[in-house]
Amino acid sequence: MGERVLMKGNEAIAEAAIRAGVQSYFGYPITPQNELIAYMALHMPRKGRTFIQAESEVAAINMVYGAAAAGMRSMTSSSSPGISLKQEGISYLVGAQLPAVIVNIMRGGPGLGNIAPSQADYFQSCKGGGHGDYHLVVYAPSTVQEAADLTAKSFDVADRYRNPVLILGDAIIGQMMEPVTLSEIQPDPPPKPWAVGGARNGRKPNLINSLSLEEGVIEEWNWLFKAKYEAIKQNEPMLEMLRCEDADLILIAYGTTSRICKEVLRQARAKGLKIGLIRPITLWPFPYQAIARAARKTREFLVVEMSLGQMVEDVQLAVLGDAAVHFHGRPGGGIPREQDIMEIIAHVLANKRAGAITTRGTVIDWKAS
Amino acid sequence: MSDTDMQKIAGRSSLWNDRPSPYCPGCGHGVVHRVICELIEEYKLADNCVFMAPVGCSILAYTFLDLDVCQSAHGRTPAVATGIKRSRPDTFVLAYQGDGDLASIGTAEIVHAANRGENITTVFVNNAIYGMTGGQMAPTTLPGQKATTCPGGRDAASGMGHPIRICELLQSLDGVTYLARSSVHTPANVIKTKQAIKKAFDVQLNRKGFSLVEVLSSCPVNWGMQPVESLDFVANNMAPQYPLGEYKVDGVCVAPKA
Ligand SMILES: Cc1ncc(C[n+]2csc(CCOP(=O)(O)OP(=O)(O)O)c2C)c(N)n1
Ligand code: SF4
Repeated sequence: MGERVLMKGNEAIAEAAIRAGVQSYFGYPITPQNELIAYMALHMPRKGRTFIQAESEVAAINMVYGAAAAGMRSMTSSSSPGISLKQEGISYLVGAQLPAVIVNIMRGGPGLGNIAPSQADYFQSCKGGGHGDYHLVVYAPSTVQEAADLTAKSFDVADRYRNPVLILGDAIIGQMMEPVTLSEIQPDPPPKPWAVGGARNGRKPNLINSLSLEEGVIEEWNWLFKAKYEAIKQNEPMLEMLRCEDADLILIAYGTTSRICKEVLRQARAKGLKIGLIRPITLWPFPYQAIARAARKTREFLVVEMSLGQMVEDVQLAVLGDAAVHFHGRPGGGIPREQDIMEIIAHVLANKRAGAITTRGTVIDWKAS
Repeated sequence: MSDTDMQKIAGRSSLWNDRPSPYCPGCGHGVVHRVICELIEEYKLADNCVFMAPVGCSILAYTFLDLDVCQSAHGRTPAVATGIKRSRPDTFVLAYQGDGDLASIGTAEIVHAANRGENITTVFVNNAIYGMTGGQMAPTTLPGQKATTCPGGRDAASGMGHPIRICELLQSLDGVTYLARSSVHTPANVIKTKQAIKKAFDVQLNRKGFSLVEVLSSCPVNWGMQPVESLDFVANNMAPQYPLGEYKVDGVCVAPKA
């Protein structure tokens, strides 16, 4: 067992990355992830590893590209506006098949928004973000412990598939303090014979590149990527299911909102309401199959997000009309309240009506809206 | 003398709405705003003026300035200002930027706006730190100065870079008409700052091209100092690193004389 300490999510992510053998970190200050870059500034140089405060997020992600091309475990972190700037670089990482770990501690948007927690970057994270046909593996931790564990895992997953991995947290996950057990890790990165630099010892020259003007080459690469994504879909989905067996209504939420939903579940069960919870841990690959299976038994689903409704589209795709999908969300830094979720549950279960509750407490017809 | 004979010779600019300043005690931003407001009033520019608020502590300028304000993404102010000025050449465009905004993430934008000779005026507030985000290293942080991302002090030998001197850097660009560095740590220096910004205003008003005034300023909160101590830091530590004076006048390079 490792040591048990009290840490902020941002710090736990940084420490887990260090233990997982991150050799180079590049970042640019932005709230609410500043504790992460400050932790790296303090600890990476002490270990003889690379820390650079880059001049911008654009520079930081390109430094990651370079370090990854050289075969290093490398990482960057930011929050929503900065992650938007990194999208170009992320697309290039995928195109050149470079492993890297990217952390997004989301805040309210669009634009400069605010520094409150948000889940409004779901589409950007899971449905592209940059240009081209690609996916990142997206992990959504809901505790500080899970943030640390998933970060450590991310480096292995990124290396295994030669694809970037995204840790998607929010201002609460990044800044709250919780006890966390940090285990010793023996980093075991696979050999990277494709990397550039280092003694060649007679090997053929390597090339890190995302371009080809030769007919059919890029299409061929995309088919290769597709095979990779299919393998990820097979091997990597992660989710948590609570009390779904007998549920009349299943809540679906990730990250911070799943914590709120767990409390709602407890209150609802105490009142005799049969409520369950599905918490996707990987947002891509999305656990479509588990949700589809649940939809054969349970007729009502309520998706709760800190957004205007993004993951709800994947839930609709998963249930394909087998169950009713309701939604409750608060955008721009708003945090769903337990009593509002309880109210919509009562409304749906008692009146068998579609609905969503806005921040102002009015029930609107979700399907019609 | 009756009340009616009295003339107002000093006081708060009418462009400064009656709202509390969002700045910390001892912060230089408020002083620089005041100087800018006084000049905008003096030149009667308020009716056709856009104040370009950066991403940094002064992003909140719109909460108390009675001016049109345009806020852009971090570092992109010179590009956005270019768009406004090219669309409305008769509008006075005042770009206000901090050191992280202008000298780090926005270096490309400032260099190219200056190089194109955009007819805008930039006031660049150099407080050697990232204020808004809580005290990280800025490109202008002094050697040895501590910040949350250089906890042992800035050390160029460890790859943290050297303090960037923006006036010296922009001096070589032919598009630049006026360049000066000033400070607001004493009343005499505030007056010199006002004179420099006034010259920069004249350049834009006479359609002579790009003008920039770098103003050394204090951030007591993130420097971990008392306000008075922080003014001494500007005088004793910043000014030697960033010599005060004019760097370019009428497009001609000059040696700075404080
Ligand atoms: C793309 C992006 N990256 C990072 C940030 C976070 N951020 C806000 S202000 C700031 C720097 C502020 O420092 P400076 O320009 O020196 O101005 P000051 O606050 O000191 O006046 C940063 C990095 C952001 N808003 N957008
Ligand atoms: S943090 Fe620094 S720059 Fe920002 S208002 Fe306070 S003193 Fe001024």
